[in-house]
Amino acid sequence: MSSEPENTEPAPSPLVAALQREHPEWFSEVIVAFGETTFIVPREHIVAASTFLKAWPEGRFDLLADICGCDRGVEEEPRFEVNYHLFSTTKYHRIRLKVVLNEEDAHVASVTGVWRTANWHERETFDLFGVVFDGHPDLRRILLPDDWQGHALRKDFPLRGYEPYSLK
Amino acid sequence: MGLENVIAEALPEVLTTRLDSLINWARKSSLWPATFGLACCAIEMMNATTSRNDLARFGAEVFRASPRQADVMIVSGRVSRKMAPVLRRIYDQMPEPKWVISMGACATSGGVFDNYAIVQGVDKIVPVDVYIPGCPPRPEMLIHAVMMLQDKVMKESVRDRRDIPEEEAREAVVPGTLPITDGSTARQNTLPESRPYTIASRHERRRSN
Repeated sequence: MSSEPENTEPAPSPLVAALQREHPEWFSEVIVAFGETTFIVPREHIVAASTFLKAWPEGRFDLLADICGCDRGVEEEPRFEVNYHLFSTTKYHRIRLKVVLNEEDAHVASVTGVWRTANWHERETFDLFGVVFDGHPDLRRILLPDDWQGHALRKDFPLRGYEPYSLK
Repeated sequence: MGLENVIAEALPEVLTTRLDSLINWARKSSLWPATFGLACCAIEMMNATTSRNDLARFGAEVFRASPRQADVMIVSGRVSRKMAPVLRRIYDQMPEPKWVISMGACATSGGVFDNYAIVQGVDKIVPVDVYIPGCPPRPEMLIHAVMMLQDKVMKESVRDRRDIPEEEAREAVVPGTLPITDGSTARQNTLPESRPYTIASRHERRRSN
């Protein structure tokens, strides 16, 4: 296997192995499926891991493509996921970081200090899933109205909302 | 106009139907819609003013960007709940007399979007005069709705549409001012203080009586 990544290939296994060798505490688990590489990151390490991946000469994950929330279900524990989709604009490979969170303590540190684009992505995840990003400069709702009750993409959110919306 | 308010108060018996019909004729002959495109229905609304359909034949082709200059609000498309206060604000900014056309299934009833994000019918926010079915309605249907509205205007009396008294208008919150959270919504657990969002227009009061 060549060490140079192909344009359409995900991060090749030498990179994955190197990451796990250097920082086993950051990347606790690796999932390779459908040609995509996913690292499970303990939430206390997400900022350190993000900072490292952005500056890492072999990786250069300089683009935060997306932050996705996920609700695995009301009965699941841990219930929430936060997925960070990273892309390197110079090496053309992708990686996904995944943080799993309990419902009672759905807090994770903000990565706005690493990628500034995380600002609105984290606001969206907070808006729709109720995941609180500690250290975010301006954690407000971004899609739903400011006086909204609840978080609309949670599995237990009723389809029509909690109450008839009124203009008061 | 203002003149009819004075006449109606000073001489309620003298105000004849002939003055009504004159004023109504003037009003119906130059309905100025407010530009308020919300979704795909707006494409059909634009199409209604093109040379093929030519809404100008019925005096309603001057779409105004400012609600201050508009008579008719054509709600063309689905109204999200976040857009609802904006829509109401634009309605409040339009001077009397004013009318509303609910264009399409979504504006009329929410359409297929029976969920938390979409207002289930714009008549929950503003009083609607004419509903148009369809998804989206053809421009001909919008023109038909405008003509129906013109018929409706002709049946009105100028006394129905007096302006809101000034002292009442002062009591209301400035239209469109939403309770905006400062800083983190996460910290905000209590609802903002409940105030009347806006005052009912004369048109709405007449409907509710």
